[in-house]
Amino acid sequence: MSPTQLHGASLGDRIYRFTTTAFALSIPLLLVLIGVEVLVAAWPALTAFKLSFLTSSRWDAVEGVFGAAPAIYGTLVSSALALAIATPLAVGVAIFLSEFAPPWLRTPVAFLIDLLAAIPSVVYGLWGIFVLVPALREYVMPFLADRLHLANTPFFSGPAYGPSMLAAGLILAIMVLPYISAVTREVLMAVPRAQREAALALGATRWEMIWGAVLPYASSGIVGGIILGLGRALGETMAVTMVIGNRHEIAASLFAPGYTMASLIANEFSEATNDLHLSALMAVGAVLLLVTVVVNAIARWLVWRVQRQAKS
Amino acid sequence: MVGLTVVAAIFATLPLVLILGLLIQKGASSLSWDFFTAMPKPVGETGGGMANAMMGTLMLIGIASSIGLPVGIGAGLYLAEHRGTKIAFVVRFLSDVLNGLPSIVVGIFAWQFLVRPIGHFSALAGGIALAAMMIPLVTRATEEMIHLVPSSLREAALALGYPRWRTSLTVVLRTALPGIVTAALVAVARIAGETAPLLFTAFGNQFWSTSVNEPISALPIQIFTYAISPYDEWHSLAWAGALVLLALVLVISLIARFVTRSRFSGGHD
Repeated sequence: MSPTQLHGASLGDRIYRFTTTAFALSIPLLLVLIGVEVLVAAWPALTAFKLSFLTSSRWDAVEGVFGAAPAIYGTLVSSALALAIATPLAVGVAIFLSEFAPPWLRTPVAFLIDLLAAIPSVVYGLWGIFVLVPALREYVMPFLADRLHLANTPFFSGPAYGPSMLAAGLILAIMVLPYISAVTREVLMAVPRAQREAALALGATRWEMIWGAVLPYASSGIVGGIILGLGRALGETMAVTMVIGNRHEIAASLFAPGYTMASLIANEFSEATNDLHLSALMAVGAVLLLVTVVVNAIARWLVWRVQRQAKS
Repeated sequence: MVGLTVVAAIFATLPLVLILGLLIQKGASSLSWDFFTAMPKPVGETGGGMANAMMGTLMLIGIASSIGLPVGIGAGLYLAEHRGTKIAFVVRFLSDVLNGLPSIVVGIFAWQFLVRPIGHFSALAGGIALAAMMIPLVTRATEEMIHLVPSSLREAALALGYPRWRTSLTVVLRTALPGIVTAALVAVARIAGETAPLLFTAFGNQFWSTSVNEPISALPIQIFTYAISPYDEWHSLAWAGALVLLALVLVISLIARFVTRSRFSGGHD
């Protein structure tokens, strides 16, 4: 693979080779180390509660009984809510940017969307506490419950405190939107010209071309982008901790406060006094680690498949 | 239907405008010279600043960069020079997995691995946790940038009798330098605002500290503490802190864009 080397590898080459290899291998090593350390920390709680850790809703630090079901439920619901809100917007923006936007508008809008990803989580949380949550309590929740008469459905019932699953879902939606739209934009641009021209040649309008020829071609890549966004939403900590209300309870209503796995760890870590409580928090971390690794692996695989298709 | 995508674009950019607008309005009104030079004051006393938190953020960035950048760039060089091999494929994939890990998981790892055995929180543990988040970003970006360097350049240097290591470091890496600087800045911008891993490692500190071996404050930690407190005084400091933090992150991101003049830009990691 290397060009002819007259005198074999020199000392400098050997040092260089050794260093870069060691740095490259430090990545798998780091990942294994993270897995092992988190598992070791979680072990006491996992062996004490076994499967009931995942299924029980009882989280009692005084009695020393821990079940993470409400946090797991909260993580899934808030992330699903975030994706349901963010996906249409993100895909819409990506289509707008790659197909319709005049060139002079493309760069600034794309830049603004990218900026959303640059805002630190804790700043979103600050905004969430002082703007989003009060707005939800004063306007949005009463509007949904009374004006739209959704109060009779289990999903929008109960008192409107403000800090809630709904607030968490909304703030997560804003946070994952740039990730989904960036991947979607990239995938849309990877769709070959011939695909578009063929649709247009058959008499399709521009919109029909996008709907019938471009989106189906890019679909698995877009799904990859959505799952990548899911990976972000599942592990997002600070902003969610600040607006979700932090309560151990599975409630159907989106108005009710809840917990996510990440916010549970962040919120109770400094208060945890005994080893079992700490270990239970680490066990929540282990579950989160497992879920995000699986989700991310699926996402990468989907995006990679589309890109490989586009190349061949 | 075209209209719908326009509406989506408006709705997607709206939160950014709202957040930035309020941040500037609220943050600027509570920002003063004291904020940059004074220490935090106890509840009830007016004034006070975040001098220690700003110092802490700079120190954490310094520690994280001095570990994360060399490792990331080295790993990126390896991946670029061993394209197509099985090991490179695995490392590349795992680096993406590492990049996708929630920051809080990296935090509890650093706590279990560094803080617990040593027995106390420290700036060093915080820096290492942040470095672990930088490495995959820098690695992948370095690889991409090096891939853009024409192979004729490398071949010319080798033909002139340069050893491989000097070819890589003084010819290839130097050509790719603007791109790698951008990647480094993007990585710094990302970790500068991280809070979750620091709760388990750097922990925060009400006092002035520049020791790597002791707990240290950081802007994001201080903003979090003040934001969830019940005191108005602290809330306005949190807004000021958020404005400063966001300004720091945006300035770094803008410099990053400027360095490569949008040649390599393309958004996400």
